Amino acid sequence: MASTATVAAPHPAAVPATETGIWSWITTVDHKRIGILYGVTSIFFFLVGGLEALLIRTQLIRPENKFLSADVFNQMFTMHALTMIFLALMPLTAAFFNYMVPLQIGARDVAFPRLNALSYWIYLFGGIYLLASSILKIAPNVGWYAYAPLTERPYNPGPNVDFYVLGLQIVGLSSIIASLNFIITIINLRAPGMRLMRMPLFTWMVLITNVLIVTALAVFTIAVTQLMFDRMFGTAFFDPARGSDPLIWQHIFWMFGHPEVYILIIPIFGIISEIIPTFSRKPLFGYNVMVFASILIGWLGWGVWSHHMFTVGLGPIADSFFALSTMLIAIPTGIKIFNWIGTMWGGAIRFTTAMLFAISFIAMFTVGGISGVMHSAAPADLQQNDTYFIVAHIHYVFFGGTVLGLFAGTYYWFPKVTGRLMSEKLGWAHFALTMVGMNLAFFPMHFLGLFGMPRRVFTYEYGLGFEGMNLLSTLGAYLIGVGTIVFVVNLVLSARRGALAGPNPWGAATLEWSIPSPPPVYNFREIPVVRSRMPLWEGDPARDGGIPHGRVEEETEQVTIAGTKIGEIHDPEEGENKMSTHDHGIHLPPPSYWPIVTAFGILLVFGALIFRNAEGALYNLWYLSLMGVGIVVVGIYSWAFEPGH
Amino acid sequence: MSTANAAVHAAHPGHLDTSTGLDSRKMAFWTFIGSECLLFGSLIATYLANKGKSTVGPYPHEMVVDGKHVEGILNIPLTSFSTFILLMSSVAMVLALNYTQRGIRSKATLWLFLTAFGGSIFLGCQVYEFTHFWHEGLTLQTNLFGSTFYLLTGFHGAHVTVGVIYLLTLTTLSARGRIGPEKALNVEIAGLYWHFVDVIWIVIFPLVYLIK
Amino acid sequence: MKSRSHSVGPVPPAPAPPGRKTAAWTLRALPVAAVLLAACGEDHQKTYPRSMYTPRSQFARDVLELQNLTTYLGIAVGILVFVLLALIMVRFRYRPGNPEPEQIHGNTRLELVWTLIPAVILAVIAVPTVKLIFETQQEAPANALKIDVIGYQWWWEYRYPVNGGRDTVVTANEIHVPVGTPVQLRMTTKDVIHAFWIPQMGGKRDLIPNKTNTILFTPEEPGIYLGHCTEFCGDSHALMRMRLIAHTPEGYREWLENEAKPAVEPTDSSLAIGKRLVTQSACAGCHMIRGTPMVGRTGPDLTHLAQRYTIAGGILENNAHNLTEWLRNPPEIKPGAKMPNLNLKEEEIRFIVAYLQSLQ
Repeated sequence: MASTATVAAPHPAAVPATETGIWSWITTVDHKRIGILYGVTSIFFFLVGGLEALLIRTQLIRPENKFLSADVFNQMFTMHALTMIFLALMPLTAAFFNYMVPLQIGARDVAFPRLNALSYWIYLFGGIYLLASSILKIAPNVGWYAYAPLTERPYNPGPNVDFYVLGLQIVGLSSIIASLNFIITIINLRAPGMRLMRMPLFTWMVLITNVLIVTALAVFTIAVTQLMFDRMFGTAFFDPARGSDPLIWQHIFWMFGHPEVYILIIPIFGIISEIIPTFSRKPLFGYNVMVFASILIGWLGWGVWSHHMFTVGLGPIADSFFALSTMLIAIPTGIKIFNWIGTMWGGAIRFTTAMLFAISFIAMFTVGGISGVMHSAAPADLQQNDTYFIVAHIHYVFFGGTVLGLFAGTYYWFPKVTGRLMSEKLGWAHFALTMVGMNLAFFPMHFLGLFGMPRRVFTYEYGLGFEGMNLLSTLGAYLIGVGTIVFVVNLVLSARRGALAGPNPWGAATLEWSIPSPPPVYNFREIPVVRSRMPLWEGDPARDGGIPHGRVEEETEQVTIAGTKIGEIHDPEEGENKMSTHDHGIHLPPPSYWPIVTAFGILLVFGALIFRNAEGALYNLWYLSLMGVGIVVVGIYSWAFEPGH
Repeated sequence: MSTANAAVHAAHPGHLDTSTGLDSRKMAFWTFIGSECLLFGSLIATYLANKGKSTVGPYPHEMVVDGKHVEGILNIPLTSFSTFILLMSSVAMVLALNYTQRGIRSKATLWLFLTAFGGSIFLGCQVYEFTHFWHEGLTLQTNLFGSTFYLLTGFHGAHVTVGVIYLLTLTTLSARGRIGPEKALNVEIAGLYWHFVDVIWIVIFPLVYLIK
Repeated sequence: MKSRSHSVGPVPPAPAPPGRKTAAWTLRALPVAAVLLAACGEDHQKTYPRSMYTPRSQFARDVLELQNLTTYLGIAVGILVFVLLALIMVRFRYRPGNPEPEQIHGNTRLELVWTLIPAVILAVIAVPTVKLIFETQQEAPANALKIDVIGYQWWWEYRYPVNGGRDTVVTANEIHVPVGTPVQLRMTTKDVIHAFWIPQMGGKRDLIPNKTNTILFTPEEPGIYLGHCTEFCGDSHALMRMRLIAHTPEGYREWLENEAKPAVEPTDSSLAIGKRLVTQSACAGCHMIRGTPMVGRTGPDLTHLAQRYTIAGGILENNAHNLTEWLRNPPEIKPGAKMPNLNLKEEEIRFIVAYLQSLQ
């Protein structure tokens, strides 16, 4: 093999060919293919979640509408949240993590390729499982936050909440497994010379996000496990009749739920921090502070959960604490906004679709941030809580933030994945429709809330002044729908007929742009050696087609906030990346079908428990979950002893 | 698996070409343990939050209900014994790793087996305890104590069970000579897991059994 | 509602409350909403009868003031960001032939500025926030009227202590209070979590099992104020509405005296048939009519049903037509309603409705 002593390009014969066919996708362990699978699946679920949103908005288009029944409406708003959060946005960020992180750090794959496949298959099965409940009209109907005791069997005897607990355990497991993988990949597989403080900001944000996922989802897993025991085995965790305090659910849920918000937005900070420097032709303003601010946001995210609970009566001291800690988060967030503005200031901005989405992200996310600060004033939140004002806020954060950021990322990285550029013309149309649509849909919601419309209502009465704004909002939602169709058309057409991109169509600075588009299966023929944050901007500007310098000498590990040095970031490897510059040649793990088998076992373990509350012969089907345990055990053993890994 | 890829693959046993110089599996395990800490942390937190809120007996510790003295259900001597055994199995684990690293196969196998054996005794005590409680009328459904107690200790018991199976697998491999010093990492990771399960029990035992 | 004997004062819109001294910068008269939608004061209340922008208690006014403060500061920050972005997009767009932009990695002084300014803005919000948190969660004064509020899927029960607390007057969905007296609501729920919210009286509070939450406010103007449950509570959460009726003190006393009486006896034979039908049918299992053998506790107290403006959790006007529709099939009007379709004959319904309408 090519494990000779030179930093040699691998022997041509050793370069594996790309395989094709369905079986090759099912057994793939290639991070790029898994990234594509994640991307396609999550865009599918994004469309499903959007459809659910359109059903909701159609019901609310006028007062006392009879388009949906109360029960179906309640299922739809619950599933809209679950689909968007767990099946569309988180996995779509995971698609970017999968595809881009190894490329950005100069690795040939993730640390555990088969685990990566496993987390995808679990996600897919869990998603189908939840979707099935929607189609059968027995979907969760208690809101994504599922407050006890409404979720207890006396109040919810049907299978709806069972789908919630089981589906989310499956999907949550997938996220935790994927996150372990990304954390280790980022910490351990960086190319020689890529110190932590030389990592692209996107990779940094992925690291922070995944630390939040492994911790926050663990908390959530326990909450849903307890709820599952309540529903399946009659335990008393959230049953007030047996002395339980139902607020415990709220505390645990939001202890997960708030970090979850950051799980959805921090990756976007990363995407934006890649796009803005590229299209401004300037390095990121205040890299160190950006990293530090994000760590701070992630950390503070654990100390604010009760700001979702200002109305439950925790007492003035707790309310004050959580109000102040929530306000504190606005500071690092504000720093980020202004650092992006600082990056663009004095730049040479090219308005590609990706850049347009990135700039509008800053604007829309600011709106969401401002209403966020408004909630942090706890007494004011007593009025705003559980009204459409909150709906407006979360949509400016999740749509104006996460979704716009993901659109930006898609336009930015699509050429890397497919080798072809997305159509800028369709991109502009998509952008315009989305921006007009989202502001039409979500801005009036601020007023609806302040003027007295509670959220999660399937109907509202005439005469409260809600008619016009709800109509506007619904029309806006339809516009977003049209925009999204344009987006999907653009994806499909561009993947086939888009202009050829070449390795670095945007003149970007990070490593993923140094290799062909689409990248070969082994990513890097030679593992690169990194000397700066912007390896592709190091060279001579004249030679590199006007791409500016990276100014290696200005890099520093110092963190200054408000002008004073508050610390220095030490790489754990004491400034030295121990990855050797010695290339051992390309060895990629062989494909494996054990991930999909194990994932199927996990689906059975949880999924079949749905039958425990079923009547008649169906009841016995729950024993399938024992079979699932068997499959998982077989899967794990075969996995552990699979040759070649 | 006989694809072109397999031919490309070349194993580099013992070669650690990573940014930190640490094996990725070991780091992954540490991260996994971090996640597990939050799992157990949440369970323990809910146990404590619901402590003393049961509306009917049996109760964990002796207490006075409506002027009457009610015996606690927990059997502290028995659990102290099983706790001791579990702690000792951690010592056995250390020895097993030591002998594996030194390549002394027979002793490594023996100590691996003894670790698993200790875990099995602990599990036996737990099964006895659960059955006993069941007969005393404490089920998952009885009260908040029943729910929180069984879920917390049962969740830990499930971890011990997985650990015992894991260790027995390693014992078998070691006996067949398939874990040489170069593969000591496999034992080390099992050890990480085992010590973690132990440490968690050291937290649970006083919180559940000793503090009233 | 011609037959109601007590005075409730003017039905909305109520006149604007007497102004309270406020710092000039709060500009209370100019809520953003008003600017954008040209709806202010009385007009605003007419168009948006459930809006928080027409406060009718000190609590609601203080909250609005804080809300406006955050709104103005927020808008200022928003405008700053939007203007900067617009400026950048115009000034720094790439034109072929431009020199490469200067490679700047950061600027300590600038970063200092945009760390400190948000911190100062937040401090400006934080101080009144904490102050108001403590103010709004004070102990009730000794003279406060204490009313127990109990939430059910999907209606409200109110329990008034009378005769020095020895007796209780129970009513549903419409809460009656006198103006000028502090009112403390002590709230809990019999099933799932609900939230009590009358925007014009102030913020909301959740009704939580095994817990009693309180809220304290002093209504200022007689009138009818609309509210809604604001914690998702199952199928008909959207139909869990309520109203607060603020009386003059005399009007309130009158109302309470009437409520404390047992139900009126039927005055003619057809009402007597109605009474017999109600008391001897399934109604008695859940409802109470004081002065009759009906002592059910799981549904709303019907003793003075005819005094109410609305039925069915505040969703229908209280009239013969709506009562008839409701009795025909409650779950059709209110999905998931605990009151089943009793399969009453049309004739029976007619007698029952007549009797219920006599319960003044």
